[in-house]
Amino acid sequence: MTKPFMFEKPVGMRDTLPELYLLRQQVRSTVAGEVARWGYAPIATPALEFYDTIGEASATSDTQLFKLLDQQGHTLVLRPDMTAPIARIAASTLEEVQRPARLTYDANVFRAQQREGGKPAEFEQLGVELIGDGTASADGEVIALMIAALKKAELPNFKVAIGHIGFVNTLLREILGTEERADTFRRYLYEKNYVGFKQAVKQLPLSSIDRQRLSGLLNLRGGFDILEDAERLVETEAGAAALGELRALLDVLRAYGLEDEVVIDLNLVMHMSYYTGMVFEAYSDELGFPLGGGGRYDELLEKFHRPEPATGFAVRLDRLTEALGRAKESVTVSYAIVYSNERRTEAMKKAAELREKGQAAVMQDVRGIADLDAYCAQFDNVEYLIGTNGSENSRGGAVL
Amino acid sequence: MTRNYNPETAPASPNEDNYLTVAMPKGRIFEEALGLLRRAGYELPPEFDDSRKLIIDVPEAELRFILSKPMDVPTYVEHGVADAGVAGKDVMIEEERDVYEVLDLQISECYMAVAALPSYDSKADIAPKIATKYPNLAAGYFREQGEQVEIIKLNGSIELAPLIGLADRIVDIVSTGRTLKENGLVETETMMPITSRFIVNPVSYRMKAERIDDMVERLEKVVEGDGQS
Repeated sequence: MTKPFMFEKPVGMRDTLPELYLLRQQVRSTVAGEVARWGYAPIATPALEFYDTIGEASATSDTQLFKLLDQQGHTLVLRPDMTAPIARIAASTLEEVQRPARLTYDANVFRAQQREGGKPAEFEQLGVELIGDGTASADGEVIALMIAALKKAELPNFKVAIGHIGFVNTLLREILGTEERADTFRRYLYEKNYVGFKQAVKQLPLSSIDRQRLSGLLNLRGGFDILEDAERLVETEAGAAALGELRALLDVLRAYGLEDEVVIDLNLVMHMSYYTGMVFEAYSDELGFPLGGGGRYDELLEKFHRPEPATGFAVRLDRLTEALGRAKESVTVSYAIVYSNERRTEAMKKAAELREKGQAAVMQDVRGIADLDAYCAQFDNVEYLIGTNGSENSRGGAVL
Repeated sequence: MTRNYNPETAPASPNEDNYLTVAMPKGRIFEEALGLLRRAGYELPPEFDDSRKLIIDVPEAELRFILSKPMDVPTYVEHGVADAGVAGKDVMIEEERDVYEVLDLQISECYMAVAALPSYDSKADIAPKIATKYPNLAAGYFREQGEQVEIIKLNGSIELAPLIGLADRIVDIVSTGRTLKENGLVETETMMPITSRFIVNPVSYRMKAERIDDMVERLEKVVEGDGQS
């Protein structure tokens, strides 16, 4: 590679300029505020972790990990997600903390990508993990909390699709018999390749009933009543148990009054492979990419030698801000006091008054400005405290 | 789904209504896909007058077509600037975009193939070079076959490569095989059948589920009817 130009950044890395920064800060505090009101305690973890622990547990593909070596030669990764680091803490430092534990984080995560723009390699995730509670109420709570936060952020039109990877796994295993075959079909779902799925159904030597059951899986999208169709597809107890979990979850969501925001999509298979039960993803018609998602991951903590159930969500703050960016107008009333030497004390007093009231105020010595008109044009209000008291001096004409 | 921070510079988008934006490859596939849509009951004008237009609105059917290079269709759909699109399976394998591939439209049927000069001897080939428009697809295929090859990316007239010694073999899309024959090449391997697919953006798939499911259902009926007749 040639030496980068002065202005260049690595692929997928972005700067955040003041306007966007402020908007994102607003969104962040709204979402974080709602999460805090539901009683989730904030924690932070380091950006660098060991490849052998977090890199492994995060289920992010190797090509997407940023790797580096420490001085002892250990391979480190920039954290590709926050769920695995929190599982690490929950299983070690916070092992003794009373369960269920409610934790929240707000952090940048890193996933390398070599493609074109539109997909950052570093992005901010705000999320929660509810650890040590295996009930449908816990699953319902994290979904309801995500929806409450999105509503608080005033996201106009959004939907949350809910699936259940446990149901998909059981049904595939039940029909196909072997884990290997089930894996092929699961991959088609994960790759969103329904055509490939349908072709594979035709090619396998299956009974016509099993064929119908497999193709039937693709139709399990819609409102809460789709569960009745799902019931017709399962034959074993394991399948019925997975559906039972889902039914219990829907009861919780119904109690929260979320029928309008939630759709069922039993084909939803998420990128992170550590999910074991219900999974969900949030969409807005303001953006072409999902805004966030989550699910139940009952086997992840086992990798850190403390098996216990857990569930959670993460919202992509960069995407949520982008989705809101069009919907919301940023309101920044700005105030500048341009002063000259002899009225500095007066200017300071005025600025202090404004700041006391919570109003942002810029103090600028007039001699420091090259083009007064252009400089002042960027503020909504400008107050000139120039020259001797009472008489206005012309630009730059400070009397010494 | 315009993705822009500044509402003033964002292009006028019909998405506020019930419009569905569909990305289509220019040319023959577009015509064939339009034929399918007409038979599925969509009210489309018999022909579109200005063929150089890149955006075509059809208010009667609440559809907006975006016309692009075939290779770009999945990009538009993945980024959500189009809700759905029609893309060849060749493009889908090459581009690996995160979109739903919901329906095989069974139009523009052809296949991917490896071709070489008749004199080509695979045993004498020590460092095999493959010329292709599809570097990703070709690399994946040969890896699966357990063969290590060097890929040379070309943008067109792939048949030239073996003739002038740039590569030993080519990987390209074949419909009748005439171009290969005219250039004195023979097929050495048939790789995979190719048809056009109806693809959908994951967000649109949920946010506009009703309209998209309706379109898929109607198209499916037409396609299946064709398959049986």
